Amino acid sequence: MEQKLDYLKETPSQTAGPYVHIGLAPGAAGFDIYRQELGWDIAGPNAKGERIRVEGIVIDGTGSPVKDVLLEAWQANSQGIYAHPEHDGEVEEGFRGWGRVITDFDTGEWGFDTVKPGPVMGRNGQMMAPHINLWIVARGINIGLNTRIYFDDEAEANAADPVINGVEWERRRQTLIARRTERDGQVVYRFDIRLQGGDETVFFDI
Amino acid sequence: MNHKGEYYQRDREWHPPAFDKGYKTSVTRSPQYALISLENSPSEITGPVFGHNDIDPLDNDLISNYAQPGESPIGERIIVHGRVLDENARPVPNTLVEIWQANAGGRYRHKKDTYLAPIDPNFGGCGRTLTDENGYYYFRTVKPGAYPWRNYINSWRPAHIHVSVFGASFAQRLITQLYFEGDPLIPRCPIVNTIPDPDAIQQLVAKLDLNATIPLDTIAYKFDIVLRGRRSTLFENRLEGN
Repeated sequence: MEQKLDYLKETPSQTAGPYVHIGLAPGAAGFDIYRQELGWDIAGPNAKGERIRVEGIVIDGTGSPVKDVLLEAWQANSQGIYAHPEHDGEVEEGFRGWGRVITDFDTGEWGFDTVKPGPVMGRNGQMMAPHINLWIVARGINIGLNTRIYFDDEAEANAADPVINGVEWERRRQTLIARRTERDGQVVYRFDIRLQGGDETVFFDI
Repeated sequence: MNHKGEYYQRDREWHPPAFDKGYKTSVTRSPQYALISLENSPSEITGPVFGHNDIDPLDNDLISNYAQPGESPIGERIIVHGRVLDENARPVPNTLVEIWQANAGGRYRHKKDTYLAPIDPNFGGCGRTLTDENGYYYFRTVKPGAYPWRNYINSWRPAHIHVSVFGASFAQRLITQLYFEGDPLIPRCPIVNTIPDPDAIQQLVAKLDLNATIPLDTIAYKFDIVLRGRRSTLFENRLEGN
């Protein structure tokens, strides 16, 4: 007798298309509809830790900025705790850890304000360096791209990070590391994403 | 006791590849290097949690959520409903489902859409809802029209609704498109055809559901969504490192 495996198949992905803003950021599409749009405030007012801004552009295979991207960030709080029932520990009231931003229609610049995440315990007792998980969708992207933002002032932790070290090519590891600067007294991390080409950003199959 | 382990590996042969020359925009927006595979850590098995404070009860009614008082959008009144399940066929409860679409004429309410079909003053084109404890969701809307796009000069998208789902983790995050049963544009669409397997394409086609229609009022389509399933850790694999 044949024994059937009755697993379902995951619904296939499709591109978010050029008008993703209508559904996920309607204000940017040019109209107000919801009482509140989701994803504008990642950390909330009570979050402890260092306030930072993360920003950059997304660049296509021709070297041009991509101006219709939507990015989602997912991060732990400054203590390395995710706002999720499966992660032990408490986060500050109002800390969601998730955010959603779009690139500017004219310049392609994106950015979000948050707190710098703490290190998170990874697999097999290996600590992961502070990082922000990123998911990128746009016209021309058939399935969302996952990457991680690490911080260049965490060199020691980055050197021990199991995910960074899982990238065999040391030169490619640099594409995951945001550069710290200061502007008007604010800490800003620059993280440009290259979708294609020799210095292409590392993307993960998570 | 079954602890939850990793999510099943995503079947990248079932999903569209990043590069497909028939869908021209993908040519310069597809990574050339292979994706680096990650074992799930807490960064992947957690994800944002949403509640009823985040959205309003009528956010799932596109017939009324942008209409002037006493008015309705023009178009075929439809219900889109179904369940969000995982690959183990278990419901995914309390998860955020967001949709967006063009109006009955194929025109989006978006400042970048310049198609000559008119905007409908009573139609916004977006909605959102949370699945209930059984993973069930529903929307009311008008059926979107096909519209032209500059891929080939005579390319027309089939009628579709964009669908975004979160699931319980960042690893389950998914955006896709819902198509309608019987639409002759489906097999001709370069975006649909980025999906290599015809059975996978069928999974994106919502089926006419006469049992769910409201007689003399609204016709219905059923669209179930499947997110990645998860292993049970029958033998400990130290996912959390302790």
